[in-house]
Order: sequence, then structure tokens, then C-alpha cells
Amino acid sequence: MSSTTTPQVLDKTFNREWLNAFVRKYAIVLIFIAMFLAMTFLTDAFLQPRNLVNVFRQISVVGLIAIGVTMVIITTGIDLSSGSVLALAAVFAASLGQQPDWHDAKYPGLVVPVIVPIVAALAIGLLCGAINGGLIAKFKIPPFIATLGMMTVARGFALIYSNRPVSGLTDTYNFIGQGEILKVIPIPGQPPLGIPIPVIILAVVAIGAHILLNNTRFGRHIYAIGGNEQAALISGLNVGRIKIGVYTIAGLLAGLAGLVLSSRIGSGQAGLAVGYELDAIASAVIGGTSLSGGIGTIWGTIIGALIIGVLNNGLDLLNVSAYWQTIVKGSIIVIAVIIDERKNR
Amino acid sequence: MSENDILLMENISKSFPGVKALSDVNLTVRKGTIHALMGENGAGKSTLMKILDGIYTPDSGQITFQGQPVTIDTTHTALKLGISMIHQELSPIPYMTVAENIFLGREPLGRFGLIDKRKLNANTKALLNRLEISINSTSPMKDLSVANTQMVEIAKAISYDSSLIIMDEPTSAITEREVAHLFSMIRSLKGKGVTVIYITHKMDEVFQIADDITVLRDGKHVATVPATQTNKVRLITMMVGRELTELFPKEVAPIGEVVLSVRNLTRKGIVEDVSFDLRRGEILGIAGLMGAGRTTVIESIFGVHKIDAGEIIIKGKKTQINSPADAIKNGLALLTEDRKLTGIMGVLPVGDNMMIASLPSYEKRGFLDGRLIEATYKQEKSRLDIKSPNMHQLIKLLSGGNQQKVLVSRWLLTAPDILILDEPTRGIDVGTKAEIHKLMSKLAQEGKAIIMISSELPEILGMSDRILVMHEGRVGGIFERRDATQESIMQAATGHGLDAQVRREEVTS
Repeated sequence: MSSTTTPQVLDKTFNREWLNAFVRKYAIVLIFIAMFLAMTFLTDAFLQPRNLVNVFRQISVVGLIAIGVTMVIITTGIDLSSGSVLALAAVFAASLGQQPDWHDAKYPGLVVPVIVPIVAALAIGLLCGAINGGLIAKFKIPPFIATLGMMTVARGFALIYSNRPVSGLTDTYNFIGQGEILKVIPIPGQPPLGIPIPVIILAVVAIGAHILLNNTRFGRHIYAIGGNEQAALISGLNVGRIKIGVYTIAGLLAGLAGLVLSSRIGSGQAGLAVGYELDAIASAVIGGTSLSGGIGTIWGTIIGALIIGVLNNGLDLLNVSAYWQTIVKGSIIVIAVIIDERKNR
Repeated sequence: MSENDILLMENISKSFPGVKALSDVNLTVRKGTIHALMGENGAGKSTLMKILDGIYTPDSGQITFQGQPVTIDTTHTALKLGISMIHQELSPIPYMTVAENIFLGREPLGRFGLIDKRKLNANTKALLNRLEISINSTSPMKDLSVANTQMVEIAKAISYDSSLIIMDEPTSAITEREVAHLFSMIRSLKGKGVTVIYITHKMDEVFQIADDITVLRDGKHVATVPATQTNKVRLITMMVGRELTELFPKEVAPIGEVVLSVRNLTRKGIVEDVSFDLRRGEILGIAGLMGAGRTTVIESIFGVHKIDAGEIIIKGKKTQINSPADAIKNGLALLTEDRKLTGIMGVLPVGDNMMIASLPSYEKRGFLDGRLIEATYKQEKSRLDIKSPNMHQLIKLLSGGNQQKVLVSRWLLTAPDILILDEPTRGIDVGTKAEIHKLMSKLAQEGKAIIMISSELPEILGMSDRILVMHEGRVGGIFERRDATQESIMQAATGHGLDAQVRREEVTS
């Protein structure tokens, strides 16, 4: 009798161990699926294709800066400036994307191809990021302080540049944030839905960042610095240059996010994206990026952003007051990280 | 235990992962005496004292203090029993004052439970006056010299009014004048019936101050003798007297031309005027006591520290090395002393840890070639017999010996000509140790030049073709393999290499 039960017991423990390992590894994905199912059952509107497309559209801006922030956090750094850099890039790019005959045009009569505001937004982001990186790598200022300074300074410049919303943008400019392509998402009884361009931008950037982190020397160096900066230095890595590169990429992505957000809402405003940097950090951390460095993935960050997005969207659909939403959001972030921390035990 | 003994430690054993630090050590200390504890680096002196101070818990053994069997599980317990310790590594809180540091955790309280600063400073002043230490009690610790910081630590240990004070190399950072002052303090403590356990390497100090001397070696008790009944030579013999084992198989390798010359290397205050040559196929051992500047010398060569003076000549060409990246470009590799602090990237996989210094070799058109990386991992795994399930395993989950093999592989993959190994076998098991020694021999035969720092004299003697001994930041002597003995190296390391007195005693004894 015992000879027949023993293998079963072994089998069971093996399965349980395997299950435990699986749950630990994919805890965040499971949380996301649970939330997704809960929202599906609690509301009728959630699972509608149009709503799901909306969720993705809503997370695209925070998702973009979260990708940069993830790289920064992997090096044991932090970037508090992304929301402000986003706003500065947004007002600057928008001012170059206005209709020339708009009554409140910043540069009346200016006609430039749409590539000019695009490059301008990216250049602003790149510059701010490079300054962050330089302060951190060359002047050895803690990342928290350097990017806190940039957060305030960039917001200030945005307000000086334009204290009123920069509106009346050209259709080509607005197409970046509002357009849809690849009309492939079927809806019963209606023409098929397209994929919003911001979502496509996010997908391309996410895939690019994933490849950068996993399949290039620069990417592995980022993990090495976060894993043990001293060992990375002894191994011959140019730690300063790599850090400058990482903060520059984060700035560049904040600039890109500024372009996307201003074109989606059809105006550039100095007060845009306040607090987005915290949502971006939350996305990364929920997605398993460790603030002590060396650990983090892009797909984890995207899941983290989706968790926040689904939560915002679902609570809206459930008519939960905005005040309660912030409380729920804060609690979920902490709970998700507690669950994730347990896997390191 | 006799009436006169204050402390009895019996059969104390303690293991750390991969090392047996103490095995069945016995120590008896007479009340009101100054008891010196001696031994080489890694002999177990500090570990034994940290057990007495409640920092480490012994695996087995008993402690009897003032006639009572005691369990000391925290420093707090030790203090309550009347045992305080001055540590070798100073740990001041830099932005707090001298007074706050000395009375940390037992600040005098005034009304409403607030700290009575006036009383705190008055108490400190009284303490410092009594000990004749002229340091301002309200200065922040960060403004103090290293020597004064050490004096504050000493004052702090004394301020507990302990009946037993442990001093772990208290003179490593202070000048001669302060040493004299410290000794007068110790004698006055002794006059008041306080017992002192004094850890040191320095022969002169021992004979100046100690009543009894206990020697430890390889975690074992060798002897306890009254200071009047021994001498320097006998002590050195007791400290090093080990049989050479077959663990160190340096095989014959053809020694070629000079590949590295270091000339007058100086890093102010740590390393003075160090010069040596290194030849192809040679293993140069660097011996010396802790703090003799061995690691600083090789880290300066490798571009980790800036040098104040001196030249580095690689293959006949004067070379400027400003960073480890420069060093690697010039064919150098450095396996660092502290595996955890400067070696492994704990949260990263074995594969990354292995290939981080040689990533450009796996690039194809700007992207890393996953197949080449996998193949390299497999080749290294079998070459060094690394025990790891796959290259995605986090390195922190491997044993110390396997972590070390991964790090050795990291450097071999950079194809260096000059391999610098700082304590390559510290804290790893005997089997892996032998494998690393065998590998070193093989690399030498392949024509690589190797520098090995080690605190284990048998390892130094077994593996090295030549031995450079450092003493207080300078070259204390360079020995050919055939001329080197444990005694001659120990004498050079303690600064007695040229002491005629010692030689005469050696002849007569």
C-alpha cells in the first residue's frame, strides 16, 4: 500500500513546489488577470473593445516615461523630473505646431513641417535628461536631488515659455495623439476600430527598450551597474558614461511623451502631467523593478502601468469617487509590492 | 577555574560558510592582568573576541565569567556583565559630537526625558580629563584625526567601567606618542584591577605591556605563556609553525621576460616607494600583515586609486593607467579581495557575472549573440567545473567557491597577460582552493604573469616563485622561492627582518 501512495505524495509536493514557483514568478501577471476578471464581472462596459482600446490609450503617456524610469531605477537611480520635462517639451513642441493664422499663435504666420515640433520635443527631453545624467555622473549629486532640481526648473521654464495653453494645433500635429491606423479591431454592428497611434508608439518603444536591455552591451551594463557599481567599475565599465546615457534616454522618452500628450489633448500646457513621474515610478515598482537596483524588466513595467490603468478605468466605470480612487490606487500599489517582495524571500 | 581567573572560554568552535574559524579553542585569563592575544591574519583572534563581546554566537563551547557560566548573545549583555570592546574597525557617527558618540544609548536625561546636554558634556569632559586626552567634547567626530577617533573609542570603552576590556589592535592607527599614552592608560586600568585582553601583531608592544600571551593559529589554541618566559623568535615560530601540505602544487613553468615593472609607486600615507618586476610565467606572491598596503598597491596599478608618484611599465612601455578600463586594455586583470563588495553582482545571473568584462567579444552587428554567450558559458562551466544549473541562475545562490570560479572565469575571458589575484582562496572550501591553485600553475605555464596576494603563509610559500613582503606601506623584502621561510617572511612583515637582536637570539635558541 505504501508503495502506491509514496509516489503520489512526491508528485503532489512536486506540483505544489512548481505551483509556488510559478505563482511567485508571475505574481504580478496573476494580480493583473484577477483585476481584469473582476472588472469584467463587475461592469458591463469594461470588456467592450472601445473601452479596452481606451485603457491602452490612457496608459500610453505614463507608459512611455515609465520605460525610461525603469532603466534609471535598474541603475539604482530615480527620475523625479519626467512629468515636468514632459510639460516643457509639450509647450515648446505645441508652439511650433500651431496653425499659422491661429488668433493666439505664439509665432504668427510660422509654417513648418510637423517634423520640426517632433524633433523639438525630443531635443528638449534629450537635453534635460543629459543634464540630469551629467549632474549625477560628473558632479556626483544623488539622483533624487539632481532630478528634483530638474523637476522644478523644467516646470518653471514651461511656465515662463507659456503661461496660457498653446492651442489651435494643426491637424497633422494632432494626428500623432488622436489618429488611428490599422482598422482591424472588430465591433459587432459597427465599422472596425483602429489602433491609436500613441499605443503603437508605446509598443514600438517598449519592444525597442526590451531589446536594448537584453540584447546589447549597453543594456547589460545598465544591469551590471545596478547589481554592483564597484564591481562594474573594476570590470572596466565606464560607469559615468553609461549613467549619462540612461538619464538621457529617460529624458528623451519624457520629451516623446510630451509630444504625444499635447497632440492627444490638442494643446500644450505648462501644468500638464503633474505627478506623472510618480505614476511612472509606481508602474516600474509594481512591475517588479527593484529600487535597490539590478532587477527590472520592460514587460513588467508595462503590466504595472496596465494595472494602474485598469484600476483607474474600472473605478471610473463603477462610479467610485475620485477621492476614493486615489486611496484604492495607493493601497493597491503597496499591496502589489508586498506580494512581489515575498518572492525574494 | 581558579579564584584568580576572571575569564574561562572552553572548547569554543565557530564556523562561517566555507571556513572553520575556531575549533575547540580554550582561553584562560587571570584577573587584573594584561593578556595579549597573538596570531597571523585569519588565526581567529578577532572571531574569538567577537564571541566574547556577543557579536557572534559560538557553535559550541562554554564561557565562564567571574565564576559564573554565562551566555553572551548581544553586545548589550556583554556590557551588562562588565565586558567592553574596542574594535579594530572604527565606527564613529561622523556628524555627532565626541560626547554624543561616547554616551550613545546612555545619555543623561533631564526634565521631560530630554537629553541633559550640559551634564552630557560635563561627564565627557571629566572622563577625557581623567584619561588625560585633550579632545574637545563638543567637536563633531568627523573633524577628528584617525588617531583621535581611536582615542575616543578607547575612552568610550573605558567609560563603561568594565571589569574586562578587549582591545583589538588599538595601535594600528595611532602615533608612537599616543601609543605611550595608551600604555600608561592601560597600566593605570590594571592598577585599578581591570583586566585587559590585547590583540596585536606587534612584537615590541607585547613585550612592553603583556603579562601573559596566548597564540592562536588556524583557529586553534597553540599556547599560553607568561611574557617573561618567551621571546620574539619563539613567538613567531608559534604563530607560523605549520607543516607545508601538498595543497599547493606550483609546477615548473618557463620564466620569461619582464612584462610589468613598478617603479617607486607611492600613494601618500598608505604606500611608499614600492618597486618590483614581474616576469612571464612567474607567480609573484605578496605577503604582509593586514593594513600593510598590499591591496592598495595592486589596486593602484589597476587604476582604482590615483597614484601620487611612480611609474608603471608594461612590456617595456611606460603606461598611464587612469581607470580599470585602461588596465584591462593593457592586458591586466584583477580578482578583488572582497568577493561580495567588489566582485559579484548578486542579483544578476551567472551568465552576466561571467561575461560582463568581455561583452564586446560576443557582439555581432551591435547586438549580443545569445548563442555565442550560451556556448561560452558551457565552455567555461566545464573548464572550471562550475556547479550551477544554468547561466540564468542568480550568482548569489551559488556557493562561495563557485562564485569565485565564475569571477576567475570573468577575468580569463578578457584574455589577460597579467593576472592579479587578491586573496584568491579566502573563505572557500579546500577542494576549490586546490582547483584554483592548479589553475594558477597552468596559467603560469601558458605564459601568463601572476601576482597573488595572500595572508596565508603556506599558500604564499607553496605557490610563489618570488615573494614580496610588505611592511607598513613599504617593501619589507623580496625573497626568492628557495630563500623564503615562514620565519623570514614573518620577520620582514613585522619589521624585524634586519633586527640583529632577533638573529642573535635565533642562533642561540
